[in-house]
Amino acid sequence: MSKLPHSSSLVRNRSAGSVTARAGVLGLQGDFAEHLVTLDRLGVEGVDVRRPEQLDEIDALIIPGGESTTIGKLASQYGIIDKLKDRVAEGMPVWGTCAGAIFIAKDVPGHPHPLASLMDMTVERNAFGRQIDSFEADLDVKPLGEKPFHAVFIRAPRISRVGPGVEVLARLGDGTVVAARQGRLLATSFHPELTHDERFHRYFLSLGKS
Amino acid sequence: MASQSTPDRNGSKGTWTLKTGLAQMLKGGVIMDVVTAEHAKIAEEAGAVAVMALERVPADIRAAGGVARMSDPEMIHAIMDAVTIPVMAKARIGHFVEAQVLEAIGVDYVDESEVLTPADLKFHIDKHAFKVPFVCGARELGEALRRINEGAAMIRSKGEAGTGNIVEAVTHIRAITEGISQLTELGPDALEKRADEYRVPVELVRQVAKDGKLPVVLFCAGGIATPADAALMMQLGAEGNFVGSGIFKSADPARRAKAIVEATTHFRDAKLVAEVSRGLGEAMRGLSLDSIPAPERLAVRGW
Repeated sequence: MSKLPHSSSLVRNRSAGSVTARAGVLGLQGDFAEHLVTLDRLGVEGVDVRRPEQLDEIDALIIPGGESTTIGKLASQYGIIDKLKDRVAEGMPVWGTCAGAIFIAKDVPGHPHPLASLMDMTVERNAFGRQIDSFEADLDVKPLGEKPFHAVFIRAPRISRVGPGVEVLARLGDGTVVAARQGRLLATSFHPELTHDERFHRYFLSLGKS
Repeated sequence: MASQSTPDRNGSKGTWTLKTGLAQMLKGGVIMDVVTAEHAKIAEEAGAVAVMALERVPADIRAAGGVARMSDPEMIHAIMDAVTIPVMAKARIGHFVEAQVLEAIGVDYVDESEVLTPADLKFHIDKHAFKVPFVCGARELGEALRRINEGAAMIRSKGEAGTGNIVEAVTHIRAITEGISQLTELGPDALEKRADEYRVPVELVRQVAKDGKLPVVLFCAGGIATPADAALMMQLGAEGNFVGSGIFKSADPARRAKAIVEATTHFRDAKLVAEVSRGLGEAMRGLSLDSIPAPERLAVRGW
């Protein structure tokens, strides 16, 4: 545990007043509450983001699991996508889990709704089948150390193509890519917020200082 | 390449984490009853997080009378092919073979539902025996915990389906949330007594008392007809909404569906709920509860 990245970049003092930095979780739909609970356990203030102006109050954003069509629709309708693109251009880290990974991908074949299109990868929805094909598996994730990460895949997408600037972080045994990073953008097909292992959240929070 | 220690994708399936996990992904969303592939597309386009495939919406089941059963697998398949969001379907209370059929078809969630005519007056389905997750209705906390103990991975308050009348949904969600807050104040002996009354293991009651919430996601169902109804249920503690007859029995289903989705997300934003409620056209006509004779009430089915 001690070798893992810590959230110090976000729990830092800003200027004179000791203001703790904040991480947002897009709260339009899905399991945003589970991410907020994990952030709280790590001592980071979480913000339930439902309006574009809230993106100015946070230093990092998690896009949770949920239905990507619903999240994409609500986000574009209320001007969140445009604002998010501005904040990412300014260097704000963004992490998408499952539906969130779909939301930030540049290329999503057949997706009916507008998405943020931030990270250079192709993400295929429901790539493993329907709910009865949902599964759990242990993954080796390099930046998280030796211990495997137990991953929960629910009607999960897969990352079928990564662009030149994208680093693959984890694969299934058959080689399918299920976690990747491009600079301060992070994508996982699975749900670290549904387990009690906080290493992925710590890793994400460390990206802000990279 | 993946390292040797990484298992292939054939990891464990049908686990409790996966069953309850899908419901977590539906939170803050609206699940809509649809009877055709065309309805399903309208629902998906409006932002539904899932659809419930059935042959008749509850208002029509109520009007038709007779025995209401599981839908024709052909229409369920047509709806599964039409949309990319999860598809749920209903089995009769206790009819475990209808549930087996729905699992074989590949639906994402089975609703063991009082809207259909019960098949067993003694036993609900043993839901632990399935890989597909189940949602069940409840009118109060004891009923919710009995269903969870049988393996339900999601609970919905029952309301009175097909009425467009929110009063029963309010009664049931309040009974569930008040039951939970009472548990949080009870001592060990009183919790054991309560577990006896509820006919569930004391561990389950202790867990709810400790967490102050159900161990599974709680949605509202039965009577939502307007965006304000949807926001009301969210403010009363629902984590999402099922809407049945309320959408496709209204004058402009596409607009109303979208408005109910937005009101469910922004349920504390009265200005927004006001905005989306403007000019939606006729809501479904609705029924007063007094006009429904006791034998025709759906919520009392199940126990």
